[in-house]
Amino acid sequence: MLLKVNNLETIFRMARGEVRAVDRISFNIKSGKTLGLVGESGCGKSVTALSIMRLVPDPPGKIAGGSIELEGNDILKLPEKEMRKIRGNEISIVFQEPLSSLNPVFSCGEQVREAIVLHQHLGRKDSKTEAIEMLRRVRIPDPETRYKNYPHQMSGGMRQRVMIAMALSCQPKLLIADEPTTALDVSVQAQIIELLQDLREELGMSILLITHDLAVIAQMADTVVVMYAGKIVEKAPAGKLFSDPSHPYTQGLLASMPGYSIPGKSLPVIPGSVPDPVKLPPGCRFSDRCGKRIEKCFNEEPPLFNLGDSHFSRCWLHNKEEN
Amino acid sequence: MRRFIIKRLMQSGLLIFLVLTITFFLLHFAPGDPMAKYYNRTGISPETVEMMRVKFGLDKPVGEQYIKWVASFIRGDFGFSIHYNRPVRDIIFEAIPNTLRLTIAALLLYIVIGISLGIFSAVKKDTLFDKVNTVIALFLYSIPSFWLSLMLIFLFSLKLGILPSSHMQSIGMQGAGWFELLCDRARHLVMPAFVLGVASAAGMARYMRGSMLDVLREDYIRTARAKGLENKSVILKHAFRNAAIPVVTIIGLSIPFLLGGAVVVEKIFSWPGMGRLAVDAIYARDYPIVLAVNFVVGVMVILGNLMADIGYALLDPRITVTERSEG
Ligand SMILES: Nc1ncnc2c1ncn2[C@@H]1O[C@H](COP(=O)(O)OP(=O)(O)OP(=O)(O)O)[C@@H](O)[C@H]1O
Ligand SMILES: [Mg+2]
Repeated sequence: MLLKVNNLETIFRMARGEVRAVDRISFNIKSGKTLGLVGESGCGKSVTALSIMRLVPDPPGKIAGGSIELEGNDILKLPEKEMRKIRGNEISIVFQEPLSSLNPVFSCGEQVREAIVLHQHLGRKDSKTEAIEMLRRVRIPDPETRYKNYPHQMSGGMRQRVMIAMALSCQPKLLIADEPTTALDVSVQAQIIELLQDLREELGMSILLITHDLAVIAQMADTVVVMYAGKIVEKAPAGKLFSDPSHPYTQGLLASMPGYSIPGKSLPVIPGSVPDPVKLPPGCRFSDRCGKRIEKCFNEEPPLFNLGDSHFSRCWLHNKEEN
Repeated sequence: MRRFIIKRLMQSGLLIFLVLTITFFLLHFAPGDPMAKYYNRTGISPETVEMMRVKFGLDKPVGEQYIKWVASFIRGDFGFSIHYNRPVRDIIFEAIPNTLRLTIAALLLYIVIGISLGIFSAVKKDTLFDKVNTVIALFLYSIPSFWLSLMLIFLFSLKLGILPSSHMQSIGMQGAGWFELLCDRARHLVMPAFVLGVASAAGMARYMRGSMLDVLREDYIRTARAKGLENKSVILKHAFRNAAIPVVTIIGLSIPFLLGGAVVVEKIFSWPGMGRLAVDAIYARDYPIVLAVNFVVGVMVILGNLMADIGYALLDPRITVTERSEG
């Protein structure tokens, strides 16, 4: 097992109260496999990613509990100096916003080279050659010229390729891709996903793929984790999740996916909105939007039921003891 | 780039000329008389004074004086000082390096202090250090420089006797070695440069703090951390390079304030620069000197701003000045 996230809990101490953005979530990523993390905006996907990088802005954020094991070592226990050797080297991240994630005053090539110098301790010339090679790998045409370009001279898709080149420059074991295509044009989105798939084959890395595009998940993920209001509500092998979604929230998500529902009909949407993170309901967090709720859902929070075959669902409907 | 510079210099030349013209007429219409000091003096008859008036052309109508002044000014002739009875050019050229020494020292002092305190405050936001820093900055920003000068002179010259209270160097340093001379001059420079730069340093610290805090919220700072860079590199390389861009403009804009402040500081510390020269010349109605000082200060302000603009373009790759534009 490459990564084991166990009961991870990340909170934000705000003036209004404590926000439990990630509430005791657990999942594993096998070497070379891709885990898809889906959920509505604000459910805690990015905070999960930042927690694994240990880059949660503190204050106001803080990892309050749990463990994150990389090849058996709990990285939450590492001193900051050791953690720096992991960032960008063993675990890398590609962010959602390619427009603002590159430093405007340094050339793109320099920014890729910086990571190489930092972790591989190469000299000026070798690191530059290596950086150009990385730009070529992410299929940036004419990488020697592009090396000198500044971010503002590149399109969004090109910038995201630079970000990917930077992230992969030290052959990380795990790549976290936090909505890598959300900010891009549809045609460019497909190219970036294709690129990620190819690079995954080439480099044999694991990917934590965060997105709310279920089509991308279907295309790339081996396992899927569905989050809702900071909690995992369903976890399953990808095929299983799409063929047999068990949590009403997942079912709603899938039904609102174009091409999955009945053609010709308008897409159904899940009514209502995410609960206020400071005033969470006492029972199931999805209860006031759920079409299948029962009395118990309002009062008691359901545990994550094991449905067998690595399929888990946090819903009282699976409570065999009472049904 | 060259076309940009030439265009800017030509615009500025016109501006300086306008300013000088306004100064010329203001001076001549203001009450007072350059010859006033010769009246009622034993040994100088009214006829002699009248002769001097003719010699300096002060008997002519103002319009004619103006045309004569423009004609000689364009030829690079700043005229003759009524008060010192020497060519203005000589007097000015003696004063320029002294003022430059003072203002450049103040500029460097305020940039270094202002920027480092600003960065520190931003990184240590909301800590005790940041709060103390804010209060001190506000205090230093608001106290008048003449009061600060007097307090410093009182403390360091009169009470402690460790720093000289006036002039650029001690009397009798002619035969001294270069190192002794350097130390002596540095000691003379400390207080005036501090007084001149401190308000700007306080302003700069506040500005730098704000700029730095803005930049630290940017996504690319998170990217830099995600690479595994240590905090020092993130702050001093990635954040600073960006935060410094708007600050360069502030430095350019501060140059007129420094030169203006130099007038007060030079007068208090008897610093033989252009500021003191200008004040004395205004009291003496020594028109040619006032105009020449105005001209030189105008040129300095414009060059300072031009350098700030060039620095801005060099720091920010998104700004392209004509020829540097890429496809
Ligand atoms: N810097 C922060 N300060 C305070 N609260 C934060 C901060 N970042 C995240 N949160 C809280 O954490 C919750 C989860 O945010 P997160 O960014 O992880 O959502 P997300 O699932 O990535 O959404 P999106 O799809 O919009 O990217 C937010 O609703 C917010 O309350
Ligand atoms: Mg997000």
